[in-house]
Amino acid sequence: MIILEWLGLAESAALLSLSAPGWGSNLLRGLANSLQIAFGAFGMGLIIGLFGAYGKLYGGPVLRDLLAIYTTVIRAVPELVLILILYYVGTDLINKAAALMGYGRVEISGVVAGIWVLGIVQGAYATEVLRGAILAVPPGQIEAARAYGMPALMTMRRVTIPAMMAFATPGLANLWLIATKDTALLAVVGFNELTLETKQAASSTRAYFTFFLAAGGLYLMVTLCSGAVFARIEKWARRGQPSLREGRS
Amino acid sequence: MPSAALADQAPPTAQATATQRAAVQVEDLHKSFGNLEVLKGVSLTAKQGDVVAIIGGSGSGKSTMLRCINFLETPSAGKIIIDGEEIEMRADGSPANRRQIERIRTRLAMVFQSFNLWSHRTLLENVIEVPVHVLKQPRAEAIAKARKLLVRVGLADKEEAFPAFLSGGQQQRAAIARALAVDPGVMLFDEPTSALDPELVGEVLTVIRDLAAEGRTMLLVTHEMRFAREVADHVVYLYQGRIEEQGPPAEVFGNPKSERLQQFLKSVS
Repeated sequence: MIILEWLGLAESAALLSLSAPGWGSNLLRGLANSLQIAFGAFGMGLIIGLFGAYGKLYGGPVLRDLLAIYTTVIRAVPELVLILILYYVGTDLINKAAALMGYGRVEISGVVAGIWVLGIVQGAYATEVLRGAILAVPPGQIEAARAYGMPALMTMRRVTIPAMMAFATPGLANLWLIATKDTALLAVVGFNELTLETKQAASSTRAYFTFFLAAGGLYLMVTLCSGAVFARIEKWARRGQPSLREGRS
Repeated sequence: MPSAALADQAPPTAQATATQRAAVQVEDLHKSFGNLEVLKGVSLTAKQGDVVAIIGGSGSGKSTMLRCINFLETPSAGKIIIDGEEIEMRADGSPANRRQIERIRTRLAMVFQSFNLWSHRTLLENVIEVPVHVLKQPRAEAIAKARKLLVRVGLADKEEAFPAFLSGGQQQRAAIARALAVDPGVMLFDEPTSALDPELVGEVLTVIRDLAAEGRTMLLVTHEMRFAREVADHVVYLYQGRIEEQGPPAEVFGNPKSERLQQFLKSVS
């Protein structure tokens, strides 16, 4: 406390305090919301991406065309615009459908809407990341699975997916970090994630610098922790691959 | 080596009763890639315990023929009969019964030119993968058996190693252990030594030679003529998608009748 006072930061510390009248708990609640959406969107993106990648690689011409439209459109339009479109169009459609079926206005949870919107965006990128990773698996390994009588789904589960993880993790780590930061865009549709909470705290107290710096610090913490987690995942995924540093090929 | 001598070494039990039934029978096999006809009607029979060597220049269709037997390539026409069971084919040659082809594949163990071990699994995991997950054998049993097989191919101390950290010869021996782990009725070798450095060829051939001496049924596509002559009971020479000449190794190598075979043998020796 004395040190903070000496540094002239006592006021900032009070503003960021977890108990009222500090706004710290608001920021943390926003962070929790952001992480919840990022997790959900990333997971949904992975599932869409896996189906998308397999569809693009092995699907029929119609499916391949549809997926090409999906990945092209989603990756072409700025995320902010997509969020506005998907959020307002999505809620509008759901309400129209509800009205048709005789229900009143449906209240759409911000978390669910956020996960859907960002998940669809993530799915387009994940499709390409995973498609590239599947293509990087030596075809002989998949052929060996077939030659020993593995059914297609088992081949996917036991051979293709674990083998491609080595090639997919760097791209997926990128996607995860993008997901955490894209949650900030949901502020425009009024969802109380970290950025919006920060903005509210800042404009109520006029301490913009303190709060946005604190929010930046929280985003940085998320990135650092994610980096550590993905480093472990990558080490595990590459367990069968000689490292480049050892100079073996 | 005359086949009579080999029959003496073969385990007398199950195989003796099944000698009448061909382990692998290929009838009038055709295969085209687009306009290119790679196989133009090949027929071949391997009895239980036979070692059939398939030789020929590159592009002769020998690997394609082997890969048609377990339907890694779908034949364009013809019949494949494995141990008396004909593989059901649609008009376009694709397998009509997925279950059947998957079941038959577990009896045909393939050893590839480029080993194709699963890179994210240790050698032991590679060897138990099919027994545990496809054949649903108890894991402990599969591990015990896999260890014995790894000892047999001289890799007892490498069971925890990942394939990429081993030499080509070690990887190929591990791939042979993986093949043996399924108790295959027939082993298919697709140029098993072609990707190896010359000094590593011997260790792999030694393992294959032992298996041949055990009386295992094998189809062996190879460029190692001396080895083919030594282990095979029957040699098939393919030329441009047709069987140009076949017979016991002493005949095929010692007294080739076809001019093309004479030229081929001259070019490879």
